[in-house]
Order: sequence, then C-alpha cells, then structure tokens
Amino acid sequence: MAEHFGLKYLRREVLPTAFCPGCYNGILMNALFQAFMELGIEDLKRFVFVSGIGCSSWIPSPFIKADSLHTLHGRAIPVATGVKLANPELNVIVIGGDGDLASIGGNHLLHAARRNMDLLVIMINNQVYGMTRGQAAPTTPHGMITPTTPYGNPERPMDVASIIAGTNANYVARWCISQYIPLKNSIKDALSRYSRGFRFLEVYAPCVTYVVRREGKTPGEKLKELMKKCVRIKTWREMSPEEREKHVATGVFKAEDKPGFIETYKKYIAQALGEK
Amino acid sequence: MTERLFLSGNEAVVYGALDAGCRFYAGYPITPSSEIMHLMAKELPRVGGVFIQAEDELAAINMIIGASWAGLKSMTATSGPGFSLMQEGIGYAVMTETPLVIVDVMRAGPATGQATKSAQGDLMQARWGRHGDQYLVVIAPMTLQEAYDLVIEAFNIAEAYRVPVVFLMDEFIGHGREIVVRRDADKLVERRRPSDHEPPFGSKDPRIPPPMPRLGEGYYVLVTGSTHNEWGYRDVHGFETHYKLVTRLKEKIWGNIDKIFKYKVYGDPDARRTIVCFGSTCRPAIDAAKRVGGTKVLRLITLWPLDYGKLAEELSDAEKVVVPELNLGQLVYDVAQVYPRNKIRVVNKVGGGIPIYPSEIIKALEA
Repeated sequence: MAEHFGLKYLRREVLPTAFCPGCYNGILMNALFQAFMELGIEDLKRFVFVSGIGCSSWIPSPFIKADSLHTLHGRAIPVATGVKLANPELNVIVIGGDGDLASIGGNHLLHAARRNMDLLVIMINNQVYGMTRGQAAPTTPHGMITPTTPYGNPERPMDVASIIAGTNANYVARWCISQYIPLKNSIKDALSRYSRGFRFLEVYAPCVTYVVRREGKTPGEKLKELMKKCVRIKTWREMSPEEREKHVATGVFKAEDKPGFIETYKKYIAQALGEK
Repeated sequence: MTERLFLSGNEAVVYGALDAGCRFYAGYPITPSSEIMHLMAKELPRVGGVFIQAEDELAAINMIIGASWAGLKSMTATSGPGFSLMQEGIGYAVMTETPLVIVDVMRAGPATGQATKSAQGDLMQARWGRHGDQYLVVIAPMTLQEAYDLVIEAFNIAEAYRVPVVFLMDEFIGHGREIVVRRDADKLVERRRPSDHEPPFGSKDPRIPPPMPRLGEGYYVLVTGSTHNEWGYRDVHGFETHYKLVTRLKEKIWGNIDKIFKYKVYGDPDARRTIVCFGSTCRPAIDAAKRVGGTKVLRLITLWPLDYGKLAEELSDAEKVVVPELNLGQLVYDVAQVYPRNKIRVVNKVGGGIPIYPSEIIKALEA
C-alpha cells in the first residue's frame, strides 16, 4: 500500500497525535498536507510554524516536521511577526485556536491584520477552551452550557472572520471542517495566489469532546449536521436574523493581493534612505 | 573608529546596541525610555536592521524572541509598567534559551507611579519577576559611557550564554547627558551554531550553553516553553526531564559566575567604612567617599547572578556599611546575607526626581 501523502510532513517518531479520538484537528492536518502536496512542496525546510497554547497549537508542535515555535498563550502572532521581519524569506504559518488567537491574543491578531503582516494564520474555532476542559470562549454560542457558564452562556460569540475582513488583511475565509475541498483549496490559495500580506482562515470545527459529546452526538453525526448548518455567505445574508443564528456563514470573505507589510516596509525605508 | 559624542543615556544605549550588532528592535512607547525607541527607528534601517512599533509590550517582547530565533541580535526597551507586562515573555526566553537584551529605564512605581521620575525599584523584579525557577543576568550602568559600553557587554553575555539580559538603567542615566566615546568594540560574541547531532537544548556539562540553530536552515528545531528534553520534545509529566532542565538553566548562569559577575571598588580600598551601591546612586556615593575620605565604595555592575562570596570577602573587615538606594530597600537584602543587618545603615529615598545627595550618605557614614 502506498504511504499516506501526509507522512513526509510529519515527525513520525511522535505519532500518534495526542488528540481525542474523532478530533477534527486531523481533518485540518490532512487538508494542510494535501495543499502542500498539490503545490509541489517537498519538505518544510523554509517554513516556520508558530503556535500558542491549546489543542490546535499542538498540531505543529511537535507533529509537523518543520521549524516550530510553541510559544506562550496568545503570543504566537507577535513571535511569528518577529520571525518574518527578521527573515522575510521564510514562510511563516500560525496555527491556533479561538481562545488563543481571538481572546488572550486578540489584540495581536487585530494588529497583525491591520499591518497586513505577511503571515498565514489558521484559526481553528472549536467554540471552547478544549485543553482546559471546555470552558466558554469568545466564540461560544449564546446559551451553551460549559463549566464556566453552568446556566448557559450569557454572552454572544464574536464573528472573528468578519472582524478580520474589516482590517487591511489581504485574504479572509471561513470554512467548516465538513467542507474539506474548499478548505484545502483555500489553504492552497493562501499559499500561492495570495501569498503575501495577512491571510486568515477560520476553520469552524466544534470540539468533539467538550461540545459534540455534550450534545450527545458522535463526531460523525456532528459532521453531517455541519453539512447543513454551514452555508455560503450569500445564502446566509439572505436569511432572517433567527435563521442566521442557526447557521454558519462560510466562504471567502475577502481576497486581495495588496503588498504585505514586508514589501511596504522595505519600500518605505529604501525611499527614506535614498532621499538622504 | 572613535567618536566623541554628547549624548543622553538613552541615546548612548542605542549606539552601544548597534555597535554590538543589534539588528532588530520592537518596542512600545513609554516614559522615560522612549528616546531609545525614537533613535532605533531612525538608525536601525540605516544599518540594514528592522524596527517595529509593537501594539503593546506583550507583542514587543515576543517579537524580539521570534527575531532572535530567526538569527538577529534583538532588543527592546521599556520602563516599569511595560517591564511588568514583559515578564511572561522574559520567562519564555529563559526557558527557550533565547538571547535578548531588555533595557529597563526605571521610574518611580508601583503602577503608573511617577513616569518621569527616577527610581531603582525594579531590582528584585528584574531578578525574580517571572514565575517558576528561572535565572537570567542583570547589569546596571552608572555613567552614560557605561550605558554604551555595558550594553555591548550585555549582548555578549546574551549571545554567549543564550540568556535574556536585563539592562537596568534609571531615569537619571536615561535622560542625563554626558560625553560618550563611541569606539570599535574589543570583542563581539556571536551565538554558537550546532554541528551535526548536537542537541539545541542540552549539554553534558550544564555550564556549557547548548548551540542555537537558526530557523529555516533545516534543523527542524522544536522550540517550546513547556518542559522539554535536549532535542526540544515536550515532556509535561516526568520529574527527570523537568529537574534536569531547570537545574541546567540555573547552572548555566550560576556555574559561570566567575566570568559573569563584575563589580568595582572606588575610594579607599582598605577603608573600614563601606558603601554598597548600584547604578546612578553610586555617583553620589563615590562623591561622598571622596569628600570624607576613609571610605570604600563597592559598586555592583552585575546584579544577577550575585557572587555572595565576593561580597562577603569585600565586607569582611567592614566596621560599618551604608547602602543607599532610590527605593525603600532592595539591595540591602543582599548585603544583609553576608553582613549583620543591625550594622547596616540605609539611605532610602524615592519620588519627585530627587536624587540621594552625598550629604545624606555622609550623614549615614558618620552616624
């Protein structure tokens, strides 16, 4: 039997992964590796992965065979920014969760997007803090019961993709984990057609342990549900407010190819010094 | 190259950093350190370096960590409140053995305190501000020339030992102006790169810092702030891995104390009266010793690691010890470890930008 195409991007000695059985992180990893393969990327020598704290932050560290920095909770984006600015030749990818990137690291996400910093940020929105037993996150749906919202979440979730689409970021998309092909193609686009500036992918993938199981569903049943729940942005916009609450808007929110921060910075410095 | 310049301490530290090979700066504006950032913004691009204004100090410290792993000598500068925000990142740098220089131009705290007024209240924080067992290096200049010279030394230590170095200045040094001679550095240290099969996070002799790979060169390095073995693989359960790692990180610094720890004696070296001080407060101390005579000034350049044996030796004949500080008493705890507390006279003062005057030190010496 032929070897799985993803194995060459993995550190085999640390497999299997530490994720819960049925965890959707595996689907994302598959999509990521298929994108690499289809782009003809042989190895990840010139890639640097940066992650923070949380389940999805473990995808690159230690599983992906590349240089990786597993940083403090919320601080993946500034570390990635430092790496990219210091060596712009490197492809820098941040993988993290909604708690890590949108809550404790929310300010960095906003400002890296504002700068149009040349990074690909993949945010797995699992709706909770999975690593610490499923507490409410800024993405937790209104009314959901978690250990910190025992009477139902009184807060409303943030729409991270829309917020980032409102900045200077070049590319913003959201896909559900059930939408494998467009998700994989989006990763490819963010590494090829839109390979500069800030690229943000939100991957809607409820935590199988602390969201799906609490609902009494299996990961497979939840995937089937997501296939109905996740609709294209245009369809979602045409829905009534009540219907919108029950659905997730997916698709490409924004796709531009403006110069990223690196180019802008270099140009600005060259001009300033040239005038002297 | 030798150049005589009339600079502020904040400017001197920038030229020192540039001459040490610093090529990356990330920072957030804060009084009284902002001039460092201003001058870096202007000068770094001229030498091919990168300057970025971060969204906050959390970002600043983490950006320089990323840049350091990408291969550039990196630094940031801040003051009390920003220094507090950077602590977690500094702890990460200790754990991941990332060379950095963090300049803290001390102002009166706690909290916002008095932003424009000098103080020396961050001594303990510089040493112990992070959670967990962690050891780094703290250096304090006394003159503006030293702001230039010693920051080069700070970079050398950071590179040699793969450790963050806190450069502890204060507002008097940052905003003071003096002649500073800019010259070619005697020695510039560069971090060691690994050869084949050399682990990036371990060494047989804990006093030998492991080599540091540069990102993007195929080392496939795993950097993590979690407990890790010598190859960077996480082990968040075992006793052995954790104990071995934290003791090595301690020994890497304290085991090299003979090379790192520096102090200087001023005044009469045989005198029985001794003043122990650090940073700008040593200036009125040296002046006081000159005025009254018969006084030795023991000035600590390295504040961490601190060689308590040397300190005890220097104070073994002392009949009286005076410890002046621009705070409510921090260095005095070090002196009290090796000298009877009831024979120490303290001069503590802080706030309003008022220095400790030589007359106050003389009063304590003669009391």
